Amino acid sequence: QAIVWDEYLTGPFGLIAQYSLLKEHEVEKMFTLKPGRLPPADVKNIIFFVRPKLELMDIITDNVLREDRGRSPQRDFHILFVPRRSLLCEQWLKEQGVLGSFIHREQYSLDLIPFDGDLLSMESESAFKECYLESDQTSLYHAAKGLMTLQALYGTIPQIFGKGDCARHVANMMIRMKREFPGSQNSIFPVFDTLLLLDRNVDLLTPLATQLTYEGLIDEIYGIQNTYVKLPPEKFAPKKQGEGGKDLPTEPKKLQLNSAEELYAEIRDKNFNAVGSVLSKKAKIISAAFEERHHAKTVGEIKQFVSQLPHMQAARSSLANHTSIAELIKDITTSEDFFDNLTVEQEFMSGIDTDKVNNYIEDCIAQKHPLIKILRLVCLQSVCNSGLKQKVLDHYKREILQTYGYEHILTLNNLEKAGLLKPQTGGRNNYPTIRKTLRLWMDDVNEQNPNDISYVYSGYAPLSVRLAQLLARPGWRSIEEVLKMLPGPHFEERQQLPTGLQKKRQQGENRVTLVFFLGGVTYAEIAALRFLSQMEDGGTEYIIATTKLINGTTWIKSLMEKLEPAPF
Amino acid sequence: MSRVRADEEEYWHSSKFRAFTFDDEDDELSQLKESKRAVNSLRDIVDDDDDDLERVSWSGEPVGSISWSIKETASGSTSSLDGRDSSLQKGSSSYAALPKQASSYSLSSLFKGRNKLSSFQSLSDALTDTGVRNYAPELRRPKAEYKDYSSDWSPKDTVRRMQRGKVCSLERFRSLQDKLVLLDEAVAGHDGNVITAVLIFLKRTLRREILFRELEVRQVALCHLIHFLRETGEQKFLLDLLRFLDRTEEVALSQYREHLNIQDVEKRREFLKGCIGLPFSAEDTSHIQDHYTLLERQIIIEANDRHVEMAGQSELFRKYPRKASILNMPLVTTLFYSCFYHYTEAEGMFSSPTNLKKTFKIPDKQYVLTALAARAKLRAWGDVDALLTTKNWLGYTKKKAPIGFHRVVEILQRNNAPVQVLQEYVRLVEDVDTRLNLATKYKCHDVVIETYRDLKDRIQLTAYKCKVERGSAEEEKIKSILSNT
Repeated sequence: QAIVWDEYLTGPFGLIAQYSLLKEHEVEKMFTLKPGRLPPADVKNIIFFVRPKLELMDIITDNVLREDRGRSPQRDFHILFVPRRSLLCEQWLKEQGVLGSFIHREQYSLDLIPFDGDLLSMESESAFKECYLESDQTSLYHAAKGLMTLQALYGTIPQIFGKGDCARHVANMMIRMKREFPGSQNSIFPVFDTLLLLDRNVDLLTPLATQLTYEGLIDEIYGIQNTYVKLPPEKFAPKKQGEGGKDLPTEPKKLQLNSAEELYAEIRDKNFNAVGSVLSKKAKIISAAFEERHHAKTVGEIKQFVSQLPHMQAARSSLANHTSIAELIKDITTSEDFFDNLTVEQEFMSGIDTDKVNNYIEDCIAQKHPLIKILRLVCLQSVCNSGLKQKVLDHYKREILQTYGYEHILTLNNLEKAGLLKPQTGGRNNYPTIRKTLRLWMDDVNEQNPNDISYVYSGYAPLSVRLAQLLARPGWRSIEEVLKMLPGPHFEERQQLPTGLQKKRQQGENRVTLVFFLGGVTYAEIAALRFLSQMEDGGTEYIIATTKLINGTTWIKSLMEKLEPAPF
Repeated sequence: MSRVRADEEEYWHSSKFRAFTFDDEDDELSQLKESKRAVNSLRDIVDDDDDDLERVSWSGEPVGSISWSIKETASGSTSSLDGRDSSLQKGSSSYAALPKQASSYSLSSLFKGRNKLSSFQSLSDALTDTGVRNYAPELRRPKAEYKDYSSDWSPKDTVRRMQRGKVCSLERFRSLQDKLVLLDEAVAGHDGNVITAVLIFLKRTLRREILFRELEVRQVALCHLIHFLRETGEQKFLLDLLRFLDRTEEVALSQYREHLNIQDVEKRREFLKGCIGLPFSAEDTSHIQDHYTLLERQIIIEANDRHVEMAGQSELFRKYPRKASILNMPLVTTLFYSCFYHYTEAEGMFSSPTNLKKTFKIPDKQYVLTALAARAKLRAWGDVDALLTTKNWLGYTKKKAPIGFHRVVEILQRNNAPVQVLQEYVRLVEDVDTRLNLATKYKCHDVVIETYRDLKDRIQLTAYKCKVERGSAEEEKIKSILSNT
């Protein structure tokens, strides 16, 4: 059999199964899905692994229609929808007259994919768009289902808190599912004490700002996909003597990033400015360790040294990689434009000049910087001003349309619908109140030895994480007023546990909270939550789940109107 | 195949999964009932048109093959995968009622008198009858599941079954009342897949006005229908719906979006012309109007320029051949193009920059910036000078740059302007620090020297002496200033 992959799925699948595993199961060939005739392969079964998307159905239709009917043996087609079968897609295939070509149409439920020890993602790229632009709550349904699975495995979560319309929906669905399946009551001792459901649209600000943690910056600049990042190869050229740098590799360097790598686990969540010192410290330790060999005199000592070699080698190559990455990033963070951009972002977030046309943004438009960058900044300004003055908004719109093309009017409309870019209504700007009450802007930020989550954005404390923090202590009651200013309801639900399963907390034992971001979460927010987990007197540990790992760029992109016509 | 066949045999007999075991009467009965019901139901989801392709594949090949491969994958991988994380539910593949087509029983033979197609569809229903295990909390399958096969499902049950990926009969829901209850149940379930399926059913069985009217008070369902129509490209239906809802702005945008699918420029222009009258917001209307006018201009310019370029008579086009057509480019790009190729044309010409500036009310700043970039690229320093020179009513001339002279310098420098040209503008940068910075960076020695002189900064001036060439005019200048004070 051969598998034809929707390319998007290969990433998430790569996290749970290796090719070798598939091979063991008689998968002989793998192709990526693209229009045209399927490549020849001496296999009986062709299985399409796809997301239920109409444009993909079109490609499959093309594949099937171009299949040589006369070939023998004839190949059988099967389709496997991830994460769900879609009646709409099947209807579509039917209309194209190819539905009958599929012997099997199935689904592979893949709700929450583990990304790290404390991180789960549904990798549903369009969840935000579907929820907030199209009012399609299917992804919420999947989120609720994923949470039910988690509860089946890790016990019923006694307390549910939430903020936002989507959060409310998910909680409702969970309660409903539980009611409808009383058999689901399990007898597992609960791992999680609390579930916190947060709508992305409660905090539209955070993803728009540039993340300043190490991992966040890697994502901002190079894009991390399913824990992998592709980097420009130059800095990774093998430094061998005599080559003189002639044969520079041209393929991008692909690296996996997760906490299994000791060094990465240590630096990923640090502010980038604190990464350099860690790296140089590590370098000293490693060179010292290698120096040891000169002191090894006895056979025993030498033996011990040798036994440590593999570990040291691994540490050294890990160090080399991250030094290279840090250099690449530093080139960018020290550039004038990065600095200017950051300055403007920080001005907006601290409430300076948010109500007038910004010079830097105008300049960027004039120089035709990438549109997404412009949109991020303009949206940031709008969010930090509870909407822009009509005159300012019109000005930006005009400049954007004239410079990037009138068709972007559709994208601007989407952003407006999602609440990212809007005119100020009622002339009230709530942001300053929210900022002050939640202490979103901290002037004295310590990047090296942080004492507050604001270090992840060098001054700005992500609103979403502040909500989580305040929920743990002293509780949301203290911020009722501000919660009312943020969109959507906030609520609390309790799920009854059988008496035997109720936790009796030991002194000093941490509570465990699962924070579920509906509509996406950034690496910087994850870093902030990890920081809270590690605080000595924090008392709460956090596990993070989300519909999708995002950054401002991928997020805005998901909201942009597709301007190229479909491949057909 | 034979190995597989044998395995298959064994599978059906040994596994606890429900298969069509025809020797088990009870089971058979309930299965058949379900199949029958499914036969009816499928007409809703799938139209009844006879489809040859379908028949071939349904009857032609042993259905088991893929389930085999999947099953094998599953049984092998469950152990390794499940250990890692639970969230990864096993592929919920078709374990359940997977009738064995290759067996001596042909399903269709059980439906004597019915048309063949139905039996195929019932089969497909049987295939879909699988999702149960998929449902999270339901790790054990409650016995109750089987009970309701014989009775009609309530709207709630129907929705619940569909959520699990089963195809259910919707045809039973005849009255409007029933259909609406069904829809409300689907919406309450939040599963877009089911909501859409119900909507497809309603769309097919209800009159438009009634559907529209009912959806108006069901916002969630309405959104799904709009999304569905947009995805499937049922533009006309969509526009009717939006019009009914009086969502005029959305109608307008939705119609405007269509232009992206029109490749032919003439047709696109015609289409955009039709968009102008649409009920956009006031602000958007002017943008749409501009879009149309711009494309109209571009068509004229393109036709003309292509001709000129091909004829090879224009030196400008010969020296700088066009890289791409100007069609569908943004306004600012068009302005740049026009400043590049048509700078000197009279305002009356459509292709002249001044005409564009006027027609589209391009702000001064934007205009100067674009024109400057275009003329600098051509190294037309005279034009640059003229562009930045204004005359007041007394006839005095004065240099003025709405974008700030530091930006002028940047643009010129990027186009490799000679130092003589550059320093003239560096000199005009108002902020002293910026001026010194730029002058030092681009080696405009005179400006550096003069600035230090005006600042009376001997130390810096002395230091700068080392940076200029020995014996050059600049060195002399520094010396004379230093000795004069």
